[in-house]
Amino acid sequence: MEILQHLSDGFLIALQPLNLGVVILGVVVGLFIGAMPGLGSVNGVAILLPMTFLVPPTAAIMFLAAIYYGAMYGGAISSIMLGIPGASTAVATTFDGRPLAIKGQADKALTAAALASFFGGTLSIMLFTGFAPALATIALDFGDPEIFALMLLAFATFIGLSGDDIPKTIFSICIGLVFSAVGLDIMSGEPRLIFFDIIGFMHGINFLVLAIGIYGIGEMLWTIEITRGESSMSKAVITVERILVNLKELLKTWKTGVMSSVLGFFVGILPAAGATPGSLMAYGVAKMTSRNPEDFGKGEIAGVVAPEAANNAASTGSMLPMLTLGIPGSPTTAILLGGMVIWGLVPGPRLFIDETEFVWGLIASLYAANFFAVVINILFIPLFLWMLKMPFTVLAPIIFVLSLVGGYAPTQDMHDVWLMLMFGVGGYLMRKLDYPLAPAVLAIVLGPIAEPALRQSLLIANGDASVFVTRPIAGPITIVALVLLVLPLLKLIRDRVWKRKLL
Amino acid sequence: MSIARRGMLALVGALGIGAVAASAPGVAQAWEPQKPVEFVIMAGQGGGADKMARLMQTVIEKNGWSSKPLTPINKPGGSGAEALVHLKTKGGSDPDHTIMVTLNSFYTTPLRQPGLGVDIATFTPIARMAEDTFLLWVHKDSGITNIEEFVVAAKEAGNDWVMAGTGKLQEDQLLTDFLNAAYGLNMKYVPYKGGGKVAKQLAGQHANSTVNNPSEQEGFYASGDTVPLAAFTPDRLELFPDAPTFRELGQDFVYFMQRSVVGAPGMSDEAAAYYRELFQKVYESEDWQAYRKKKSLYGDFLSDQALMDYWMTEREIHKAMLSEMGAL
Amino acid sequence: MRRAEIVTAVLMAAFSIYLMWKSAELPVGWIPDEGPGGGAFSFWLSAMMLVCCVWIAINWVRRASPPSRSDAPFMDSFARNKFVLVGGGVTAMIGLVHFVGMYGAIPAFLVYYLRFLGRHSWLTTLAIALGAPVVTFFFFDVALRIVLPKGYLEPLFYPLYDIFL
Repeated sequence: MEILQHLSDGFLIALQPLNLGVVILGVVVGLFIGAMPGLGSVNGVAILLPMTFLVPPTAAIMFLAAIYYGAMYGGAISSIMLGIPGASTAVATTFDGRPLAIKGQADKALTAAALASFFGGTLSIMLFTGFAPALATIALDFGDPEIFALMLLAFATFIGLSGDDIPKTIFSICIGLVFSAVGLDIMSGEPRLIFFDIIGFMHGINFLVLAIGIYGIGEMLWTIEITRGESSMSKAVITVERILVNLKELLKTWKTGVMSSVLGFFVGILPAAGATPGSLMAYGVAKMTSRNPEDFGKGEIAGVVAPEAANNAASTGSMLPMLTLGIPGSPTTAILLGGMVIWGLVPGPRLFIDETEFVWGLIASLYAANFFAVVINILFIPLFLWMLKMPFTVLAPIIFVLSLVGGYAPTQDMHDVWLMLMFGVGGYLMRKLDYPLAPAVLAIVLGPIAEPALRQSLLIANGDASVFVTRPIAGPITIVALVLLVLPLLKLIRDRVWKRKLL
Repeated sequence: MSIARRGMLALVGALGIGAVAASAPGVAQAWEPQKPVEFVIMAGQGGGADKMARLMQTVIEKNGWSSKPLTPINKPGGSGAEALVHLKTKGGSDPDHTIMVTLNSFYTTPLRQPGLGVDIATFTPIARMAEDTFLLWVHKDSGITNIEEFVVAAKEAGNDWVMAGTGKLQEDQLLTDFLNAAYGLNMKYVPYKGGGKVAKQLAGQHANSTVNNPSEQEGFYASGDTVPLAAFTPDRLELFPDAPTFRELGQDFVYFMQRSVVGAPGMSDEAAAYYRELFQKVYESEDWQAYRKKKSLYGDFLSDQALMDYWMTEREIHKAMLSEMGAL
Repeated sequence: MRRAEIVTAVLMAAFSIYLMWKSAELPVGWIPDEGPGGGAFSFWLSAMMLVCCVWIAINWVRRASPPSRSDAPFMDSFARNKFVLVGGGVTAMIGLVHFVGMYGAIPAFLVYYLRFLGRHSWLTTLAIALGAPVVTFFFFDVALRIVLPKGYLEPLFYPLYDIFL
């Protein structure tokens, strides 16, 4: 068992006091950065990269990987407590985490998120440990048609996600995709949809601007109206007894956990995809395979478990092509990659051979980071719950301030803050008319991956669209996606016909 | 509202008076930044320019060479258009605390988007830190080992030969156009968002060739997956001794990617002198020199008027290349 | 509610047409041997948005969607009141950032909201209004090196930069 030997050597490195210290510190820092609306693992890793030069490279990457992990846990916190996804990876967590918090079961959602993250993380590190080099080559086989097929599948898995009003749902998806096209058209190098020639549109519409606008500002305005400004947010408490009850319920979702972890891990490995599509697909699959899909979106615990297990699994997964091929699987790993280059490590196929100590130290530290992240996260839950008990008139202005700062921080441009306000007010008004908004947020995340992949594929294939069905990997994925897309429509037609017959 | 504001102003004011009093004796020194310096990066996170910018920042921070931190901000929008306009605007309000890491889109973007009203001749030259090199790469499974075989294969494939590159009408496409013209080829250029993605297309054999920088391909090169055929440099690169230069192959063509630092237009002479000295120190540092060697970077330190002259020459060259492509 | 539904649908239809027109700055057709042009993606999606708006309007005529059946006002006086007070407050806060920076706008907004909308005591109000910017400063400016805008208050921060950065 060569791998076990390597792994135990790795643990010896990871458990050195300095390395253990940076891992714990990284997890705590990551947890808070992730819990801030607007800041996610990308920002955390990018910002703290220069600070890592005080320690040796091994400790440095452990620190950054721990931040990455911590932020993945932290993202769930703001999704559940504030209803604002802390990062794109935690969008799906809001769907059920938020309703649970409103029902006064924030403790249950937070515990579920923490444990699911731990489960997803650990399972994926095991997969990583066992199969890293073999899996790396699969990632290389994914060209543009495969990536587009995958995006199609991601859309298909959550097509039935929300809203009974079909035209409004389609409208929401389309407007999200159109907004995702703002900025630069990379295929022609021309600026596109630069409204009124405002220079700020050049960098496109950041997903976070839309998400914070809708979930931070729009949601708050809506809540103020619905509650008539009186209620406090939630009455969750945490006791040992409740934890045990929650655990029991949580254990029932183990199947969802396993499925989501594996799915997240594999999507994470694929270049360009990263943790966001992984978590969305896991949510969609969990809903589809559930015995009571109608409970999803109303506070179903499996709806928290699925995206959280998947996004942590995917974050481990995306480190795999980074280490073995030098290809970043997600924006965050792109920055980690930059860091490794600065430390003098050459990521790529030879890294596992040339830098055994570093690689296995890192892998072992991922186990450690995961362990500390779950422990620290659970210890902080009472603090988070205490914050939820604040009167709504205190919490609401704080959320507005967080939205302001969170909207500004990623691009440091006031243009984005104004845009966020417009989305917030617009989102609030449309929500009152039953326009579902989640599809727009999902679309703006996936659009920038899907559109270039589609056009690159077609350009390479001389405009022949059959590439999506004739290639060995892309074909089956596309067909499954199309079937999933058509099914709800067929069901709808059948229901209509049925109804007419009854009349 | 007013009470809180006044309260805060008083608090800040009190701290301010104390600090000013404490630091008063040392006032008569050379220019120093008063606040954090905005370090704009004209490209996205994780790309080549970003990596170098963060290395520079790290070297400065590690050695404590700047009393105020450099705060990096990525502004990749519109192939750098947003960054250029941002710098121009800052030139009006606060020219002394804004600098930018730049690359060749510094020339091409203002040429292609004259509507921006950006004239790079007004910007303040700080330092040229390096020039990155380009090579022509193919996958080892193609069996191609030299430029003659490459030309034969590419000619045969015609328009089905896929050349992957970063961005449209930018460096990689200029090089592709050069190859097409020089060897009578008809390669298809497919743009991607970043050098890393391009390198991966080649490694997965989704593209037939690329013109990556060494730093983008080194992992695949080390594992033997990709092969450099020729270099767009004046001399052979130490790291790739088997790849001849295009000059040796009878094509007089040399092309680099600049890695420079530029200040906002209208920066005061004192501030410009401060930054020039700062980046000269970075350039001479062990870390930077080691990095240059490892990534086989070209280009010596240039500053002040020499750097401006270099920019003006390069701008003319790019203007000529772009108009030949019909992009202006 | 019924009137708001059709007004929104018409506005969104107009917006879709604007998006289609804007997308048409780049080629929106199929370029032979290459695939769709640069504006095609957004153009055809905007066209779909337009179709959806027409569909919504048809549902409105047929009274098929809940909002098109509802007689309740789109916003009652309470909602309108809150919307103006809260939305206006947030807008004012963002506007203030341009003049007095985050560290002027945030306390001002918090005092407005906590004291005048929330009717909390001055003690609570001031504790949060003064605590929030301090926490923000140490988290963003000092720890993360994200320098938030200061507007005309910038000179007041020079000594703080000297001490903490």
